[in-house]
Amino acid sequence: MNASSLPRWIDIGLLPVLNLIAALTVAGVIIAIIGENPFVAMGVMIKGAFVYDGALGYTLFYTTNFIFTGLAVAVAFHAMLFNIGGEGQAMIGGLGVGLVVLFLDSVLPPLLVVILAVPAAAAFGAVWGVIPGWLQARRGSHIVITTIMFNFIASSIMVWLLAGMLMAPGQMSPETRSFADGINLPLVYEVLQMAGFSVSRSPLNLSFVIALLACFGVWYLIWRTKLGYIIRATGHSERATIYAGHDPAKIIMLVMAISGALAGMMSLNEILGVQQRVILNFTSGYGFTGIAVALMGRNHPIGIVLASLLFGALYQGGAELDFEFQTITREMVLMIQGLIILFSGALAYLFMPAVVRIYSSLRKPTGSG
Amino acid sequence: MKILTTAVVAGVVALSVMFTGPQLMTTSTAAAADFKPAVIYDMGGKFDKSFNEGVWNGVEKFTKETGVEVMEFEVTNETQREQAMRRMAERGATIVLGVGFAQADAIAKVAADYPDKQFSIIDVGWLDAPNLRQYVFKEHEGSYLVGVAAALASKTDKVGFVGGMDIPLIRKFACGYVGGVKSVNGSAAVYQNMTGTTPSAWNDPAKGAELTRSQIDRGADVVYHAAGGTGVGVIQAAADAGKLAIGVDSNQNGMAPGSVLTSMLKRVDVAAYETFKDAMSGSFSSGVKVLGVAEGGVDWAFDENNASLITASIKSAVEKARSDILSGKVVVHDFMSDTKCPY
Repeated sequence: MNASSLPRWIDIGLLPVLNLIAALTVAGVIIAIIGENPFVAMGVMIKGAFVYDGALGYTLFYTTNFIFTGLAVAVAFHAMLFNIGGEGQAMIGGLGVGLVVLFLDSVLPPLLVVILAVPAAAAFGAVWGVIPGWLQARRGSHIVITTIMFNFIASSIMVWLLAGMLMAPGQMSPETRSFADGINLPLVYEVLQMAGFSVSRSPLNLSFVIALLACFGVWYLIWRTKLGYIIRATGHSERATIYAGHDPAKIIMLVMAISGALAGMMSLNEILGVQQRVILNFTSGYGFTGIAVALMGRNHPIGIVLASLLFGALYQGGAELDFEFQTITREMVLMIQGLIILFSGALAYLFMPAVVRIYSSLRKPTGSG
Repeated sequence: MKILTTAVVAGVVALSVMFTGPQLMTTSTAAAADFKPAVIYDMGGKFDKSFNEGVWNGVEKFTKETGVEVMEFEVTNETQREQAMRRMAERGATIVLGVGFAQADAIAKVAADYPDKQFSIIDVGWLDAPNLRQYVFKEHEGSYLVGVAAALASKTDKVGFVGGMDIPLIRKFACGYVGGVKSVNGSAAVYQNMTGTTPSAWNDPAKGAELTRSQIDRGADVVYHAAGGTGVGVIQAAADAGKLAIGVDSNQNGMAPGSVLTSMLKRVDVAAYETFKDAMSGSFSSGVKVLGVAEGGVDWAFDENNASLITASIKSAVEKARSDILSGKVVVHDFMSDTKCPY
């Protein structure tokens, strides 16, 4: 009993929807228990995520984070590598952006600094991905363990730098000084306002476009290039790769570099898009949520965009619940998000046996007849 | 990162503003009918047993007294600070209260975009906007008071101080404390330790306990902490060794009754309550408000939990120090004014 015995639309369409419905049902029951109407709450969430002025911008802003980290997990997954280090890779990516900007913003024109900062985010993230990749490929240290550990190392490095040599003088919170004026990715609402549309402000910025380009890039790489084929082949069988004349170790390192680069680029959205300084904890768990996004999106860019949109809407609409109801606290919102992650991530195939049974019993009459 | 991180008031800028005195300007007054207050708690959450909860206490008091509901939001990520402030303003809030220095950037931007709304922020003193009120506290004065109590309660003439993260603000606590101790007993020794140089120093009770034990081994019998969550370990270690601890920010006397000599109170609840009260009555003013002993912003805690520890002589000495600060006879040195401690 596995996914291949089902048509694709059930695996990538119906099952995630069932998981989502199950999660929302459980969440709804809990909301009802604390005395609120779950349907009203649902309405508030949807309105909060898409309807009010600027809501869509915030939703897409969070979506951008999830696309990057989701893609990072997905790319590695195609080589059967479970990259749990998206969080750390994103942090180090942010460090890359910060270092480039802080060193160059007084000497180079802003546009050039921004153009240099983008590859820096990817490069730093890639380095943080490739080290566990090398350890896996050449030393046999399991990638799951090393990437988890590298999250902690990244976090410690950030604390050490931000509370130490990178800390802005004259203030006490661990963060760098602000970037010079003009060093940020263009904000979508500003661009649209210049073009004559009336859009309310939101942090949505150019990195959303970069994220969509990355989606296309990943799709092209995995399904349309020879390298993508080798990556998938390595995932299925290392020995087949060797037989075909490729070095699986190199593929593993390369895949981890790409994965790390994608995670690292998440920092573009937060650091170069909004904060304009390097702060601690800007990753806020997006790297980990990326795992659920990739699982739910079935490691396909289109699925990841949709799953990211769902999680983006949850983040934004969830905050709105906190505004609207005194009884629904942020812990409650966290629980609803947690339920969806639980059902779509950890329990992704919970309904599979039932669906397979129903599907095959429906098929039999027509199939045999 | 508990109280103290959030408590971090920054740098020399803040100080220069503080001592030039508040320039008060009354902004447009909102009619009581459409008065809608809002508060944005920071990452710790409103029940963090310290800084945010202190604000919440003030908010609760306001709601109880006036019957006016306060819109609340607790941020969970960096982006939400600014977003929440904008949302509050858009939802009709007439005054928005920000909690902690981390919200300074966000409130500066939002206050500029909504000039007809009122804003207030706690532990920030370096911003400048016509519709923004800022609160800073004279933690050194409160620390001086507990220093006096510590020196009198000590039998060994040795007292300790455990700080959280080593930043100027915490040295400000330490310096005021040393000043208080030395004012009683010029030859008393004050052992000072900082828990660390990173934000994790705010939440490391094991290390706090370790430092406390080492100070006790060196003879200290009263240990004051300004270390957020780390302080739990300080109080525990002092209680275990049969010595005395001094709490900080909120009244921590009850955490180990009989072992907590007193607490240095930092009344963020007063700031929250006063903000909404003033805004409601139309007497909201912008500028920097500095809350010291005179304003009821900092104080020492005396209640049934430490009544047996505070002897009459300690009580009168602390009260005298308090009135000396009030009258200006004693000026407690502020470490952050020149990053030096003369005591």
